[in-house]
Amino acid sequence: MQATLALEDGRIFAGEGYGAPGEALGEVVFNTSLTGYQEIATDPSYAGQIVVMTNPQIGNYGTNEADNEAAKPYIEGLIVREFSPVSSNWRSERVTDEYMERYNVPVLADIDTRALVRHLRTHGVMRGCISTVDSNPQSLIAKARSIPRMDGMDLARVVSTPSPYTFASTDALAETDDPLLLAPSADAKDQPLLHVVAYDFGIKRNILRMLTREGCRVTVVPAQTTADQVMELKPDGVFLSNGPGDPEPVDYAVKAIRQMMGRVPIFGICLGHQLTGLALGGKTYKLKFGHHGGNHPVKNMTNGKVEITAHNHNFAVDPESINANEVKLTHVDLNDNTLEGLRHKSLPLFSVQYHPEAAPGPHDSNYLFHDFRRMMEEWKG
Amino acid sequence: MPRRDDIQKILVIGSGPIVIGQSAEFDYSGTQACKALKQDGYEVVLVNSNPATIMTDPELADRTYIEPLTLAYVEEIICVECAMMPAGSGKFALLPTVGGQTALNLAVELADSGILEKYGVEMIGARLEAIKKAEDRLLFKDAMVRIGLEVSRSVLVNNLRDGLDFAGKIGFPILIRPSFTLGGSGGGIAYNREELMEILARGLDLSPVHECLIEESVLGWKEYELEVMRDLADNVIIVCSIENFDPMGVHTGDSITVAPAQTLTDREYQKMRDAAIAVMREIGVETGGSNVQFAVNPTDGRMTVIEMNPRVSRSSALASKATGFPIAKIAAKLAVGYTLDEIPNDITRMTPACFEPTIDYVVTKIPKWQFEKFPGADDTLGPQMKSVGEAMAIGRTFKESLMKALRSLETGKKTGSEELDPRRLLQRLVTPQPERLNYVRFAFERGMSVRDVARYTGMDPWFLHHVREIAIEQKQMAQHGPENITALQLRRWKRMGFSDERIANEWKLEGHEGVRTVRELRYRHGIRPIYKLVDTCAAEFESHTPYFYSSYDEEDEAPPTAKRKIIILGSGPNRIGQGIEFDYCCCHAAFALKDDGYETIMVNCNPETVSTDYDTSDRLYFEPLTLEDVLAIYEHESAGGAEVGMIVQFGGQTPLNLAQRLRKAGVPIIGTSPESIDLAEDRKQFGKLLEDLSIPQPAGGTATSVEQALAVAERVGYPVLVRPSYVLGGRAMVIAYDAQEVARYMTTAVEYSSDRPVLIDHFLEAAIEVDVDALCDSEDVVIAAIMQHIEEAGIHSGDSSCVLPPVSIRPTTLEVIRDYTRKLARALSVVGLVNLQFAIQRDDEGVDHVFVIEVNPRASRTVPYVSKATGVPLARIASRLMTGRKLRELLPEAAASGKDLDPGAHFYVKSPVFPWGKFPGVDTVLSPEMKSTGEVMGVAANFGEAFAKAQLSAGQQLPSSGTVFFSVNDHDKTAAVRLARRYVELGFQLVATEGTANALEADGMNVERVFKVKEGRPNIVDLIKGERIQLIINTPRGQDTIFDEKAIRRAAVLARVPTITTIAAAHAAAEGIAAMQRHKTTVYSLQQLHPLPAIRS
Repeated sequence: MQATLALEDGRIFAGEGYGAPGEALGEVVFNTSLTGYQEIATDPSYAGQIVVMTNPQIGNYGTNEADNEAAKPYIEGLIVREFSPVSSNWRSERVTDEYMERYNVPVLADIDTRALVRHLRTHGVMRGCISTVDSNPQSLIAKARSIPRMDGMDLARVVSTPSPYTFASTDALAETDDPLLLAPSADAKDQPLLHVVAYDFGIKRNILRMLTREGCRVTVVPAQTTADQVMELKPDGVFLSNGPGDPEPVDYAVKAIRQMMGRVPIFGICLGHQLTGLALGGKTYKLKFGHHGGNHPVKNMTNGKVEITAHNHNFAVDPESINANEVKLTHVDLNDNTLEGLRHKSLPLFSVQYHPEAAPGPHDSNYLFHDFRRMMEEWKG
Repeated sequence: MPRRDDIQKILVIGSGPIVIGQSAEFDYSGTQACKALKQDGYEVVLVNSNPATIMTDPELADRTYIEPLTLAYVEEIICVECAMMPAGSGKFALLPTVGGQTALNLAVELADSGILEKYGVEMIGARLEAIKKAEDRLLFKDAMVRIGLEVSRSVLVNNLRDGLDFAGKIGFPILIRPSFTLGGSGGGIAYNREELMEILARGLDLSPVHECLIEESVLGWKEYELEVMRDLADNVIIVCSIENFDPMGVHTGDSITVAPAQTLTDREYQKMRDAAIAVMREIGVETGGSNVQFAVNPTDGRMTVIEMNPRVSRSSALASKATGFPIAKIAAKLAVGYTLDEIPNDITRMTPACFEPTIDYVVTKIPKWQFEKFPGADDTLGPQMKSVGEAMAIGRTFKESLMKALRSLETGKKTGSEELDPRRLLQRLVTPQPERLNYVRFAFERGMSVRDVARYTGMDPWFLHHVREIAIEQKQMAQHGPENITALQLRRWKRMGFSDERIANEWKLEGHEGVRTVRELRYRHGIRPIYKLVDTCAAEFESHTPYFYSSYDEEDEAPPTAKRKIIILGSGPNRIGQGIEFDYCCCHAAFALKDDGYETIMVNCNPETVSTDYDTSDRLYFEPLTLEDVLAIYEHESAGGAEVGMIVQFGGQTPLNLAQRLRKAGVPIIGTSPESIDLAEDRKQFGKLLEDLSIPQPAGGTATSVEQALAVAERVGYPVLVRPSYVLGGRAMVIAYDAQEVARYMTTAVEYSSDRPVLIDHFLEAAIEVDVDALCDSEDVVIAAIMQHIEEAGIHSGDSSCVLPPVSIRPTTLEVIRDYTRKLARALSVVGLVNLQFAIQRDDEGVDHVFVIEVNPRASRTVPYVSKATGVPLARIASRLMTGRKLRELLPEAAASGKDLDPGAHFYVKSPVFPWGKFPGVDTVLSPEMKSTGEVMGVAANFGEAFAKAQLSAGQQLPSSGTVFFSVNDHDKTAAVRLARRYVELGFQLVATEGTANALEADGMNVERVFKVKEGRPNIVDLIKGERIQLIINTPRGQDTIFDEKAIRRAAVLARVPTITTIAAAHAAAEGIAAMQRHKTTVYSLQQLHPLPAIRS
């Protein structure tokens, strides 16, 4: 099956199509993770995006239920150098090709992905169209240009849960057999359960699992839940999840955060971090080609140590816009000095831009979930 | 934490000679470390016994000691160095982590014996406790259990009984790993009690602490390796993950390995990453690089830790080349206090070294074995490493990198000529040996399923799927031909990684012509490779390091510059006869020509080398050294319009074999012309030249049939030396004493053809052999060195010890040698280096006759040794000569006076190192076929001491007292008497077999008689095993005694008793022993021996 990618600036890549036949439109971004294509595909933060994997061999170990970060893939399309028609791993339940087809994700393979990545690095992320049905460059370019730009788009509302649900350790147990995730953290053992209300802007399952590992019972609520509605649930802490798109239009959540600040401990990740930044009066901006990968060095400014972290963000909080008297900048990306974490100096509130829940990625920053538990315990007194 | 200012001086320990399991990778790591430490302003002191290394170049350290890596010598160095430090200066530190297991073991010895404490030397890079915890199997196991990691069930034993008891409990197969040995030396898999007893006995003996780990076998599990770095602030990063193609059971050094890991889900990979970090912390490796190996059960993911090395390793060299992350350099910086986030990433310049490289290509490493050199050696692969080198290839996909790596190996076999026996298929799949991958492909060609092959081999189905695709595609190829192939199809094959040669072979297009047909067809379709960058970050950031690999993707990232450039062809995977010495020359060419303003371009595929460090040349192409790949690079580089020259005379036989075809394809080869190189190899033409110059050579001829060979042998007179044309390291070279042997050789030993006939020469018995290295600019000749072999002619020069300056050659004879050298260098219009071998035979009247044995108009194995002995960087000068500069400018004094380069007042002895320990049962006799893997140098004020030092460095500790066993052939009896007398004077007792004993007693010496093996017991082997013998002098006597000699040499290897097989070497040993008895330990730094090298660039 022939497949073609057209970028909005007119660049064309022709290759082989796998997964679902048809067409996909989205912002094209690249991810440098060597492992974890399934977690990436199912991360709701990728809604609206076509992902290019820089690792040339993708699909090798198949797919399995436990590695889903959401009920289905959220990427619009996948681009790889070579796509494995077979899977080889004891955990594999379905060949990646079948999995992508089943969830209607077109896969473009056999193109010079490095050339594409260099193009995106030089010219910035851009809109694109993958098609197995249309190979006319002009019409494909036109299609790529037809979709709205990511800037100003509220995608969190789109991917969020329609209604609240709860998530407890039994749910985590049902989903995973990973001893690492199942063993409760040492400090949480034998401690009373804490109640966390988690805003779902596109939440990853592993965040929920990590919270239960820290002895939390989680109520997941829709993106547009108001502060009052949350406070009525009597949470010990509020969690702000990751999610897709531009943080600026998610003003309802910014408002809710402002109302909750100081009333309850808050921990935000990724989009949750950007929303926290906005709530603190800061500004966000779009990065040229974003951070997507599992190898970013982030310096913890509190203890001077470097964590190797998983990243997936196109937007970032401008450190200049943050009031340094109130807020401490706690984490910085060593590659490009992007702000990666902040903590309020007097209120129980902190957030990070990157992904301490990993999945995929290194576990160096797992401690943040533990910090959140401690913050909640202290707040409770 | 910034640089430690309290340290002033750092001692770096190298890894010694190249041996199986410890190769050029430690020259790479040691060189990087020395450079990094010097740049940081430390005074660097280096000790390494291996003169062929770049790290022992005098520029790389403040003081360089080429001395034995033993406690006594290193203590002396520490003592001398301490004395040089004025009061109030900073600390003296020792970096033991860049010199392999040798350096680590030596450092532990230095610490344990209190020497470090005595002189106040601080160990940096790894603490003693950490080394012990990682290296001591029991401590390691306890540590792993403490952090909740699984290890195989095992027990540490120091006797046979305990080993058998444990095996009784857990069953066979069972793994035996001796403690503190390198490359898994002495390890093995036992399938029954008998094998266990044999392997365990050997293992206990080889272990310096007399201890082995007996371990539950995880045969067939998947094997992984993570390269980890940690700094003093406890930042930890994983530089690279490596997955083995061969499952557990085969030593990693003997496995095909792939980076990054291909078949782990993120969850499994992160679990492994967490485990590796936990191991680092628990073992307590505070700074630097380590590797941790894991086994994973493919059916349930159960993971066990196999081992960790608290130092840089072969794998870390591979990981450095695979990712572009310079592990050894960073490890050195971390050892002196820097943290990872303080060190910039060389490649991106903008980002720090504190990150985990991500790669957008696939790297495959394939080991190179040379069992053909060791008839009788067991070629089954197991826990003990047996390969002598490796090739690495980078491709955009696994298939591409695998096929590139395969053609990088230079097996010498014609593509498609593998002999695969269908009846052995199953056995070959099940039992790992060098041809296994060929059999896997063969199995697929015959229709076997991935599932079945996976079951037999234990290899991961994902890898096998790709090999199957290759096999199927290859079958498809045969359906096509150059007439009916589409551009699309051809491009698809090239993109998969097939070579032109492979395609030509499948199309039944013969020879070089056939390959050219495919190439030209490809060009017509515009199908040419492009070059991509290795950048540590998968193109996320801009990078500045021109480190390239080819692929058939779309976008090229290596536009040629407008600068005039020189392409240097490297020497490919290490092998016996073509090793680190050639890499040394290639690096020097790059250094010198870079200084002269050329853009230097290196092509090589050996990940262990300094030449494949991106710092060495201006551009590095990590590519196979085949005509196709080299030509593509030339065409790519010359497209810029700038002047391009190519150097082929530094990389050994590999580039020389390409020279003619490259020249025919229009590549400007600089230096000695390929025609001259060929002339020297061509029997007839060369014979004619010698005749014209009136230079004698041993009578000889060529043959392409048994009849011809016998006729030639008859004409020139027995014994004869027979060998194939165009070989390095004396492959398949033998001395035949009768017609029967010649006939056998011609029918079984070699392949020959009309353009590659067998060469037959009269063999000069009892002659002294001499090696000459000279520089020539086609007019002037400067003789760099005349080296006298210590063994007699007939033993390959690479296997022979030699001494510089010569110790027993008459000045008049030396003059003859010089005269012949000059004449030949000029006649061949040598531009660059030339190596000549002469034999001196003294007739009954005492007159010396000099014969030319061979002339090689290229860099030789002895270039680095001579460079160090004379203080003149020969390869640098030679490369400048190739660009048109003259000796009168570069070495004005020597060029004008005609004098040899001056080694000064000292003696320099080079001695070979053999891999006998790795191949039990193989005969250790020396012959015209080279068998040594590496070399060492001993330097002293007298010949004897220099020889003793070289022997010591080569692992032969000459005894200073005890019993010498003599058994010599009739020819040597007279000489043996004089020799034995010398040993008696030195205080030795004598033991001899019948014939030799008679001769010695007749001269009035006391001799204890001993039976030959065949005669009865107790025989000589019993004495050796009973540790009654301290030195063996046994000269071979031909067919009759071959059995005895083999048994003796074998017992000697096991008992590690030094064995000398020539009278000449036995004399040298006597002088060495005399020197040892006289002297205390003396050490010399190169900088002190040659304070002002003739040329410093």
